[in-house]
Amino acid sequence: MTTSQGTSMPTQSSLLSAGAWRRRLRDQPVIPLILLLAALVLLLQIVQPGIVKADWVSSTIKFATPLAILAACQTLVMLTGGIDLSVAAVASLAGYVAASQSTTFGEPIGIAIALGAATLVGLVNGLGIGFLRVQPLIMTLAIGLVMGGFLPIYQVLVVSSGAAVPVLIGGLFGGTTIGIVPNSLFVFLPIAALILFGLRRFGYGRLLYAVGDNESAARLAGVRIRAVLVVAYAISGLLAGVAGLALTGVSSAATIALADPYLLPSVAAVVIGGTSIFGGRGGYLGSIIGALILTVLVSLMTVLKAPQEVRQIVFGAIILVVAAAYTRVTSES
Amino acid sequence: MSTGTAAPGTLRLPDKAGVLGAVRRGGWTLGIYLVLLGLIIYTWILNPRYGLDTLAMAALPLAFAAAAQAVVVISGGIDLSVGAMMALTSVTAAVLMKDASPEAAVGILILVLLLGIAVGMVNGALVVITRVPDIVVTLAMAYVWAGTALLVLDRPGGGAADWVKDIVKGNVFDLVPRATIILLVVVGVVWLPLRRSRLGLSLYALGSDPLAAFRSGVSVRRTKIASYAICGFFAAAGGLALVGTTGIGTPTTGDYTLKAVAAIVLGGVSLSGGRGGLLGPIAAAYVLAIIRADLVFMGVDPNYSTMIQGGIMVLVVMVAAYLELRRRRR
Repeated sequence: MTTSQGTSMPTQSSLLSAGAWRRRLRDQPVIPLILLLAALVLLLQIVQPGIVKADWVSSTIKFATPLAILAACQTLVMLTGGIDLSVAAVASLAGYVAASQSTTFGEPIGIAIALGAATLVGLVNGLGIGFLRVQPLIMTLAIGLVMGGFLPIYQVLVVSSGAAVPVLIGGLFGGTTIGIVPNSLFVFLPIAALILFGLRRFGYGRLLYAVGDNESAARLAGVRIRAVLVVAYAISGLLAGVAGLALTGVSSAATIALADPYLLPSVAAVVIGGTSIFGGRGGYLGSIIGALILTVLVSLMTVLKAPQEVRQIVFGAIILVVAAAYTRVTSES
Repeated sequence: MSTGTAAPGTLRLPDKAGVLGAVRRGGWTLGIYLVLLGLIIYTWILNPRYGLDTLAMAALPLAFAAAAQAVVVISGGIDLSVGAMMALTSVTAAVLMKDASPEAAVGILILVLLLGIAVGMVNGALVVITRVPDIVVTLAMAYVWAGTALLVLDRPGGGAADWVKDIVKGNVFDLVPRATIILLVVVGVVWLPLRRSRLGLSLYALGSDPLAAFRSGVSVRRTKIASYAICGFFAAAGGLALVGTTGIGTPTTGDYTLKAVAAIVLGGVSLSGGRGGLLGPIAAAYVLAIIRADLVFMGVDPNYSTMIQGGIMVLVVMVAAYLELRRRRR
């Protein structure tokens, strides 16, 4: 890599620097994204002076956490060239199972059951996609439908035990330490660090990129594609479960359709974050900032008293504009 | 195959290769119709008074949604805004038709269908211009169209001319449901001539291999936009079907986008493009609707029906994927 740069640099330095810029932008879309985020925060401050304070930052992080975790699911599977449309149903499942089982078995076991169920659903996705080669879109969509149908039935089954947000979850995701630091950071930061580090340094992380970039090449190189996919979707299920717990904690409510509105935003956050929907390119940092951008956007429109319909239109326009700008940068280089 | 030049030859080749494929394609479509027939007979055993018109009415919006999705997927795209376009067209129709005369309603129907085409063309043009993957563009536009639908009408309301409501009800000669006839006429008038035409061939060519299509002289951009425009037309027909069957317009139409994807997969359309037709997805829409009705007759909690529908879908796609896998290994 360095040799090719070295040979071509003297001849076309200006062209190369433009190309290098573009390449840097493509590989590190994070900087313009942070600028966009900063611009949105600035706009918010202009629209309502004095709103951007420590407790605003705290609550923004708190509300962005579930979305950022769901975006992690989407990032991992999108790197392999897939998508997980069951994350919302799985998150709702985990949140509700934890809330209902905790009243019977106690909170730690209830939470463990919830996360176990979430992982199991992810595993089923992975088996269908990895071994039977069902298209990820269809497999996860169908599993999402099954789970969405299962929850009302489950709700009736456990109606006697009731459902209450576990105190542990409420404190962990809804509460703050010394009044300002959202507790959810203590869960989110380790997860995020593990994913960010793992995608770069762990063998498995590199395999996700390899499978998404060129599956046949990866297979010829001896990668066990099936295993990589099964594990990716299982992790996605587990993370969706964590996101569901976070969501019940943040909203201090456990209902069976709690996470439904987060399905498309989870995809949107990843797309804004610069991960290619075809796989092989992107990273989690962009998705985190994408989730923050979407959250700030929502609060901006709340401040502007924009009605729901206008919010949706702006939301869609932002996704499209960012994705288009991103495609322009990457495809011309 | 030589790397020769004869353009007519390259044009005819997919047709010949399609003969073998047609058996398989036809097999799947035939299978889904047999399943539908079996389910209808089973439903009559459960409830001899069950009218096919009820089924046809219940399935009409989804059948149009499936047709819309099928056209785009056949030509290699996917449209996640089908449900939102149905919502937009249904509220537009319901608002305009509320106090309109029966004659004016005819004009409104045509206007709404044109609106659907226009909305679809916007989707297609954005895909072509931005070069962003179809799934992302239509995901973003789903928000835009759903928001626009809410701007037109923020809660279920509006109205429909009486003849629009009557036209989808009941049977012709006590035998064939009117809703089915409308469905077949609309799809037949639009799709049959189209499929035979140059554009129809281009749609399939684009779906099976964009590069080969481009090299064979297909205008990729124009074909792509056309596929989304046709999708918009069928989505508008689905929106009108919602107004006709319910009598009002609804700004949030439930999950027709994802259900339509489910229906086309059951109906034998390959998500990787280039394969399938519209008859399979339409039958699949009926199958999904009749399963729901059967579960009601069997006294099953309606909550189970979503789960069972999803479960059937999982099984079918798994079996289909397994068969495809075995075929490829052989």
